[in-house]
Amino acid sequence: MKDFVNWKIGGEAGYGILSVGIMFGKFCTRNGLNAFYSSEFPSLVRGGHNTVQLMVRKDPVLSQNFEVNLLIALNEETIQKHLNELSSDAGIIFDSKEIKTEKFKIKKSVNLIGIPLTEIAEKHGKKIMRNTVGLGASIALLGLEFDELEKLIKEAFSGGKDALIPINIAAAKEGFNFIKNRNIKFNYQLKKQKNKENIFINANDAFCLGAVKSGLKFVAEYPMTPSSSILSFMAAHELQFDIVVKQTEDEIAAINMIIGAGFAGVRALTATSGGGFSLMVEALGLAGMTETPAVILESQRPGPSTGLPTMTEQGDLLFALNASQGDFPRMIMAPGDAEEAFQAGLNSFNFAERFQLPVIVLLDKYVSEGNKTTKIFESKNFRIERGKILFSAPKNYLRYAFTKDGVSPRVLPGTIGTVFKANGDEHNEKGVSFEEEENRIKMMDKRMKKLDALKKEVPEPKLYGDKNAKISLIAWGSTKGIALEALQELKKHKIKANLLHYSFIFPFKEKTLLQVIKKAKKILLVENNFSGQFGKLIAQETGIKIKDKLLKYTGRQFYPYEIVNVVRRLK
Amino acid sequence: MTEINELNTKELTTWCPGCGNHLILAALKKAVSKMNLNPSEVAVVSGIGCSSGLPHWIETYGFHSIHGRAVPVATGVKLANHNLNVFVVSGDGDGYGIGLNHLIHAMRRNLDITFLGHDNQIYGLTLGQTSPTSEQGAKTVSTPNGSIELPINPIALGLASGATFIARAFAGNTEQLADLIVKGTQHEGFALIDILQPCVTLNKVNTFEFFQKRVYDLQSEKHDTSNFSAAFLKSFEWNPRIPTGIFYQTKRDTYTEDLPQLKEKSLVKQQQELKSVDINSLLEKYK
Repeated sequence: MKDFVNWKIGGEAGYGILSVGIMFGKFCTRNGLNAFYSSEFPSLVRGGHNTVQLMVRKDPVLSQNFEVNLLIALNEETIQKHLNELSSDAGIIFDSKEIKTEKFKIKKSVNLIGIPLTEIAEKHGKKIMRNTVGLGASIALLGLEFDELEKLIKEAFSGGKDALIPINIAAAKEGFNFIKNRNIKFNYQLKKQKNKENIFINANDAFCLGAVKSGLKFVAEYPMTPSSSILSFMAAHELQFDIVVKQTEDEIAAINMIIGAGFAGVRALTATSGGGFSLMVEALGLAGMTETPAVILESQRPGPSTGLPTMTEQGDLLFALNASQGDFPRMIMAPGDAEEAFQAGLNSFNFAERFQLPVIVLLDKYVSEGNKTTKIFESKNFRIERGKILFSAPKNYLRYAFTKDGVSPRVLPGTIGTVFKANGDEHNEKGVSFEEEENRIKMMDKRMKKLDALKKEVPEPKLYGDKNAKISLIAWGSTKGIALEALQELKKHKIKANLLHYSFIFPFKEKTLLQVIKKAKKILLVENNFSGQFGKLIAQETGIKIKDKLLKYTGRQFYPYEIVNVVRRLK
Repeated sequence: MTEINELNTKELTTWCPGCGNHLILAALKKAVSKMNLNPSEVAVVSGIGCSSGLPHWIETYGFHSIHGRAVPVATGVKLANHNLNVFVVSGDGDGYGIGLNHLIHAMRRNLDITFLGHDNQIYGLTLGQTSPTSEQGAKTVSTPNGSIELPINPIALGLASGATFIARAFAGNTEQLADLIVKGTQHEGFALIDILQPCVTLNKVNTFEFFQKRVYDLQSEKHDTSNFSAAFLKSFEWNPRIPTGIFYQTKRDTYTEDLPQLKEKSLVKQQQELKSVDINSLLEKYK
């Protein structure tokens, strides 16, 4: 008997695959279990092959997993495509009246569980409810009780779609009873745990929660996968929290609006993906030059150009680091999971206002849309820190006054008794265009100096695992959980390894890195991109070139086993 | 009382002697003084081009941004603090070329912003290329054989896009221009003021003399500013007579009026007073 399951559902877009996946994740979370959700779908509203999978167990789950233990096939394609992922004792739930399993070479040890999914769905309502029937059956098969599912269905459809509640419950219940009545044995059994008040959330939503908590007041965004849910989240809550949310005509407008709002004195956010960020580049420099606080969330997807629009990659790191002409200070964060994304939402606005610069938060599709069970977020100690703002004007006020740390006190437009100019041209302390050499040097030095003060506040990367391990993995952003799962797996193989993970990219912290490099016999850089962009940053900042790299650029994230296999070969 | 000299800056303008921009600056100062606006409650936002140096030479808050983006920057300023009087100064390249997309959307949103379009029908700062409002046949350094494109019609565009105050002025008539800026600013909603502004250095066709011979005031000819169709017809009149004055004015809720979030206080005021936010209700949804 195994006390975990890697559950996967597949079918066409429009079959309700994504929503039933989220429901299953919430269901597991409410049963005190831990779940990790990942999805794969093409850029289509209808049709194409969609899958969602959830790894579920008693202990925290930090990443997606490759081997599937229970497959819900809403069409034949699902069996054909994912047969090779099945464990030898896996189960397949499929429509017994519509799918012929004989045509596939399925191992005898795999449980074929035929259920008339369509017939049951249509009996209670519509064919689309097959997903609910499959979910009900899954729960019974995994040994869990029905009650939480009933509550979840009620919550999902209440307020507008109430008519769908009883029919979905009935459909789910019939799927559930189908298994129960036949007393089907299954090798993967989950046990309800004491509810730990956990939440099931992805990094986009977690970032939003943090941003709202930090007092965000203005959002300007043009929709782009996988960042669009930020716009809809904020719009859904704009009246509750008095946030103005503007869907703009393009990404150029979005970033320029948040610069205008930041100049006027409110906490402002824009969110996009690489294509939209490309359009924002010129204005990024404007925020740098005018020392205007701005927070830009960039959820990466594979490029170049439109690339793989619904998939994942860590391919925009060097772009974010170098975007826009000239040198100016910026901060780059790369939260590795929902918890870190919440922290980034909380802190990015404090950093942006205190250091008067643009802050870029890099996510990617894998974490942006990858829900996971996580401890409820704690923010008791959080304080809104706005830095050097003056609410009344001093005599002879100078907006860009030269200061020790490079940060000049700012007044906000509307403050009576003074005025100033924000200026994309090089300027004097007053903000007026000024091209003289000595001033240019002083102004460049002043702006760039802010990075020194900021760097002191950026945390060192975290070292996970045995400090004295001979093998060190180096990763950043979304590969965190996968590398951590790999460490656990390596332990089973008696291989001691640790992970140095960066969720703050720039200004770059090197102290811990140098210690780790000194101690380790082997270093493996793990990145979800073609050229090892973080490795290039390390080389740029430290002069150290990391030889061994594990790079993946298929548009899909790593599975832990891919890291494990490479580390075992390194030995 | 805000005196004109309070609006003067120590810095001197860098425009060519005789440039129409001087007159627009003078008219803007006159209008701000006439309306008795506190200079600390005025924000003048510009992009790039000859016109866009203007914020430097009026003693108010100013934002000299990047090419074509004055309108979205100004939109952010207005949404953050709708108590500010926000002016956009832009040129025909900045506002009607690279930034046209933003202008159209700002007009349909009816943001309470006054847009001054310094329209000299030529690119000045880059030394004489064709502009979106250059007349067909205009010979410039980038169209030595004459422009083969139709010019943008800012007035017709404003009408089609939903601006609620649409006017044209001639920089050579600062009385009328200042008066239109006052009316446009007092108008609640987006005010588009297209200003014929001769470039004395690079445009040898559309000169002061050219306009002086052709302009007339719609208001002296009993034009009905509430008549959309009449305004549309007038917008296509150019030669031999060029209409100036108010083409069209109507009343529609401004963008900020329709935001319940701003009913009581501006965002910037709310931000200033905000100490902490309770997100427990949000967290509940993820349980």
